[in-house]
Amino acid sequence: MAIVPNPYKTTGVLGWIDDRFPLTKLYRDHLSQYYAPKNFNFWYYFGSLALLVLVNQLISGILLAMHYKPSAAEAFGSVEYIMRDVPWGNIIRYMHSTGASAFFIVVYLHMYRGLIYGSYKKPRELIWVFGCLIFLVLMAEAFCGYVLPWGQMSYWGAQVIISLFGTIPFIGPDIVTWVQGDYIPADATLNRLFSLHVVALPFVLVGLVVAHLIALHEVGSNNPDGVDIKKFKDPETHIPLDGIGFHPYYTVKDLVGVSVFLIIFVGVICFAPDGGGYLLEKPNFQEANPLVTPPHITPAWYFGAFYAMLRATPSMFSSALPGVIVMFGAVLILFTLPWLDRNPVKSIRYKGNLTKALTLLFAIDFVMLNYLGMQPPSELYTLLSRIGSVYYFGFFVSLLFIHNFETAKPVPERVTE
Amino acid sequence: MQNAAAGPKGIGPEGASPGSEVDQGRRRFLTLATSGVGAVGAGFVVWPFLASLKPSERAKALGAPVKADIAGLEDGQMLTLAWRGKPVWIIKRTPAMIESLTKVKAEVADPESSVQQQPEYAKNETRSIKPGIMVMVGSCTHLGCSPTFRPDYPAPEIAPNWQGGFYCPCHGSKFDLAGRVYKGVPAPINLLVPPYRFDGDTSVVIGEDQVAA
Repeated sequence: MAIVPNPYKTTGVLGWIDDRFPLTKLYRDHLSQYYAPKNFNFWYYFGSLALLVLVNQLISGILLAMHYKPSAAEAFGSVEYIMRDVPWGNIIRYMHSTGASAFFIVVYLHMYRGLIYGSYKKPRELIWVFGCLIFLVLMAEAFCGYVLPWGQMSYWGAQVIISLFGTIPFIGPDIVTWVQGDYIPADATLNRLFSLHVVALPFVLVGLVVAHLIALHEVGSNNPDGVDIKKFKDPETHIPLDGIGFHPYYTVKDLVGVSVFLIIFVGVICFAPDGGGYLLEKPNFQEANPLVTPPHITPAWYFGAFYAMLRATPSMFSSALPGVIVMFGAVLILFTLPWLDRNPVKSIRYKGNLTKALTLLFAIDFVMLNYLGMQPPSELYTLLSRIGSVYYFGFFVSLLFIHNFETAKPVPERVTE
Repeated sequence: MQNAAAGPKGIGPEGASPGSEVDQGRRRFLTLATSGVGAVGAGFVVWPFLASLKPSERAKALGAPVKADIAGLEDGQMLTLAWRGKPVWIIKRTPAMIESLTKVKAEVADPESSVQQQPEYAKNETRSIKPGIMVMVGSCTHLGCSPTFRPDYPAPEIAPNWQGGFYCPCHGSKFDLAGRVYKGVPAPINLLVPPYRFDGDTSVVIGEDQVAA
């Protein structure tokens, strides 16, 4: 296909640009003439909200990096300096720390939306895979950022997470030293995590977000009914009958979501920036001390579920490796979802009751694991974590065959009102 | 490449005379050879990048041995000091503490210290050179937290038959007063006994092996 410069024959300044750069084409392809199904509901806010939070993190992060000192001797002090002496510094830091939690909330809801409406099914497998990569990079980004204030939780969190590499047979301990750049988490470690947090990972993250959106706009958005709107097009304009232009229809709708989100977000920043010890943990207001572990180490709340699975897995053959495999497996199994789910029906609206119940239970299970991951270990909690972990993986496996044991409802031809 | 091969004649922009065939085998060989040399070059470039992440000379120098004065240590007291940035514990064990090691023998995973977590000279019932002085690295063998010293007993919230030892607050691993790990906890092996030696009766050098007497 040959590239035709300025296919829309614009004139004037815009025409001059369009002769040289596809500005109007990009605007139409991705905004005004990107036709999205007209039946998007509440769940469809979280994609654009994730983008909003990403922008929030980039802007507040750039400003924080102008005052922060990435060294073990100065990091903790420089964060306190930002909090006390930099004009508006406390608000900018709270935007960034609250933004991290908000990112995970909207991303978890965004992923659950994909799960219930089958948005990962053919032809959207790659959108889902890009999304999983975004999630993986986001976890790495969040971990690196969590270490930077160099408080007690930062330090011991880094110690625990980097030690995970130490469970690799034979070369593990050497890898840990290599990753840390020292024999313990130290200045070198903090400095390199800073580099990853502000340069390498944001680059990758933004690139993946672009790939996620290009893939989405190539095949078009799914919708709560899981039906293909491209089957019924206007015979003359070739616009899907159930499609509406993303701009202005969904940009305006998303602004409503943005407003509600910002009311909550700004409320947290102004009135509960530490989120009762969940958004900013209390031990992190003490400077890192390599000789004293805080009495109760918890990960950031958004890693709770994965941490619970790590803790729930007992050591085998004198090695903590199985727990690490289970934890990473819990993230990696998400990538395989498009091929695990053999149900011919896309949307949960028309799936059988068994799948509906299991999917709801999966959400409850995930929230429970998140809670357990933040609690001190006890026998009851370990047992619950084990049951929860088994169900987490069992749910994905059940998608292979569960539809054979239930009757689906008839799927409509076009989207419902 | 594929398209050129499909045609009856190669279309060579490299100035082949009209009608001459493109030697596909030669072209493929040259492509592979160039890519191969390029890959080796890339490998040479990547190596310094990866190696730059290893501990610097300064970090290595800071890993030197440390000396601890234990003259003032009371019975049952624990001294914590830093060696290579990790906590090292020196505990003056009372006779009762030493006795407790036999009481919990059935509950620890590796009572004979068969896993190499100690120098040869500390591979014994008490995991020490002198039973009264225990030296070990205070970081949990699960994921590196520093366990809490809990010499008090009974402590039913830790274990029914608790005789004193160490409890890891992170993931609930338990160790006895010789750093031997209990069965059924996340930590897989005993706490590490570092290389150490006595320098006279009142000081211990951490990071240097005991010379055979």
